[in-house]
Amino acid sequence: MYSLQELEQKSIEYRKTVLRIIVQANAGHTGGSLSCVDILNVLYNRVLNVSPATFGDPNRDRYIQSKGHSVEALFTVLADVGFYAESELDTLGRFGSHFIGHPTRKVPGIEQNTGALGHGLPLAVGTALAAKLDDRSYRVFTLLGDGELTEGSNWEASMAAAHYKLDNLVVIVDRNGLQISGPTEEVNGLEPLTAKFEAFGYAVREVNGNSIPDLVACFDQVPFAPGKPSLVIAKTIKGRGVSFIENAVAWHHHVPNADEYAVALQELNQAEEALLEAQSWS
Amino acid sequence: MELGRPNLEEFGATLLEMGRQNPDLLVVTSDSRGSGKLGPFAKALPKQIVEVGIAEQNLVGVSAGLASAGKIVFAVSPACFLTTRSLEQIKNDVAYSDNPVSLIGISAGVSYGALGSTHHSLHDFAALRATNNISIVAPADNFETRAAIYAAAAHPKPIYIRFGKRPMPHLHAPDTQFEIGKAITLAEGTDVTFVATGEPVVQAMQARALLEAQGVSCGVISMHTVKPLDEEALLNAAAHSRVIITVEEHSVFGGLGSACAEVLMQVGADVRFKIVGIPDEYTITGSQVEIFNYYGITPEGLAEQAQALLGSAVAV
Ligand SMILES: Cc1ncc(C[n+]2csc(CCOP(=O)(O)OP(=O)(O)O)c2C)c(N)n1
Ligand SMILES: [Mg+2]
Repeated sequence: MYSLQELEQKSIEYRKTVLRIIVQANAGHTGGSLSCVDILNVLYNRVLNVSPATFGDPNRDRYIQSKGHSVEALFTVLADVGFYAESELDTLGRFGSHFIGHPTRKVPGIEQNTGALGHGLPLAVGTALAAKLDDRSYRVFTLLGDGELTEGSNWEASMAAAHYKLDNLVVIVDRNGLQISGPTEEVNGLEPLTAKFEAFGYAVREVNGNSIPDLVACFDQVPFAPGKPSLVIAKTIKGRGVSFIENAVAWHHHVPNADEYAVALQELNQAEEALLEAQSWS
Repeated sequence: MELGRPNLEEFGATLLEMGRQNPDLLVVTSDSRGSGKLGPFAKALPKQIVEVGIAEQNLVGVSAGLASAGKIVFAVSPACFLTTRSLEQIKNDVAYSDNPVSLIGISAGVSYGALGSTHHSLHDFAALRATNNISIVAPADNFETRAAIYAAAAHPKPIYIRFGKRPMPHLHAPDTQFEIGKAITLAEGTDVTFVATGEPVVQAMQARALLEAQGVSCGVISMHTVKPLDEEALLNAAAHSRVIITVEEHSVFGGLGSACAEVLMQVGADVRFKIVGIPDEYTITGSQVEIFNYYGITPEGLAEQAQALLGSAVAV
């Protein structure tokens, strides 16, 4: 198992890869991919019992990425855990490539085709319900954007999740506070979110979604309550890791130009050096 | 053909112009103002934009409610979500209840090429053709876009207008007449006529140039309104040319081609006929242009189809 420091270093490497493939493809969802990288890192390297070898196993844990537009983060992590060669990422967005702008099952390791928001949670509820019906031990994780929460299907599925007591379901909300048109609370307010989810029957935890130790500690505790679906409000920074991309609305699907890319890499390299230095002291 | 701007931008500018003149004109968006080039509208007329968040069903329901209370409503969202997620709201709350909403499907067809099938709208003509009481318009160039938006605001009936986001060449003289349900004949021909809708009208015009150079007399009709179909223009073309080829950025099932086939078969028209569009398969991904090339929605591809149907062996 990777140490927390190793995971932290992986997150920095993942961020570099995410930027590299977005720049290469000249398209991508930069902000949302950078905000959820740490969550995917912890899920695939620590939490999910899934690997290329076990992907066909009916008892594998499932991960369904409802915020499909952040696919660059998912493609990057799946390459690192061995579902395909990292060089395949270079085909992102190219004519005929299966590495397109949203998750598709033509890419190894992907459970469901997503990209239209508001589909992941109903799919996850069905998959979790099947585990209950078949008495299987697998768990189902799904990642939603916060802007995505205005899709009514999420709330319909939430009621079903509570009704069927799906404590094998873990819903993670990437609460970065932004969507395409601006801050979520200005576009169409979501708060009080924790109270809403609790009222819908979830056991809710808030966590720093860009902190590896916090995420690890949080996922170690699922299910949070017996007989209830778990919901994690992961407080994140959209664009996390690159100063000028962080918290900037315009970077939802902006692509860095050559200068911006160079500065971004410099910042990430500095963060990596600082991390390794801190490690050598500890 | 001189290059204009994307129909999307023409739409945003037209709506701002109209909104300034009429405070009852409202734009309703689902986190789609940026994609809809409505930033300037939102800035200039903040009281005339209603934002519902990422909730396309709600977008259409709310728009129908606003329209029922006398507002002139443009509901704007990517065509792929607008006509799938909200299809029931379109059918019941707009069309069946006859609430005169103008539904604007942006980045239609395969405009979002490399984002994959979730973001393609290749079914929208089919779904809405089978829905009673809604018109379907796919403007080809900036002129048709502007005219369609003005016509929609003046037309107190449900309407769906869809277009893409690439800059489009100008096809029409500025004094051209535009009317919903009336096709525009760009050229007449006695051998073959392309009946095209939306952005592929351009490829049809370019194919015409190739064919004319090969001695083929070729007509082109911009069938901007897919429903109600201008049967007269179609039958006139069928009476004067030997081959009709329909061209659309849509599935070959249920769209413009099907609409024309229904009319031609039922009058027993004596004409050879071909539907060009996106075949019924897992759509290849890439840019819109790459996808058009792959499926032969190109000047060369269309000219080849025409030659094949004319039974001539002339290579292109
Ligand atoms: C049904 C649907 N409507 C609209 C979109 C277009 N869209 C893609 S991303 C996005 C904003 C998402 O915001 P959020 O859920 O907060 O994601 P994040 O901030 O993590 O990127 C929108 C509106 C979509 N993909 N699906
Ligand atoms: Mg967000």
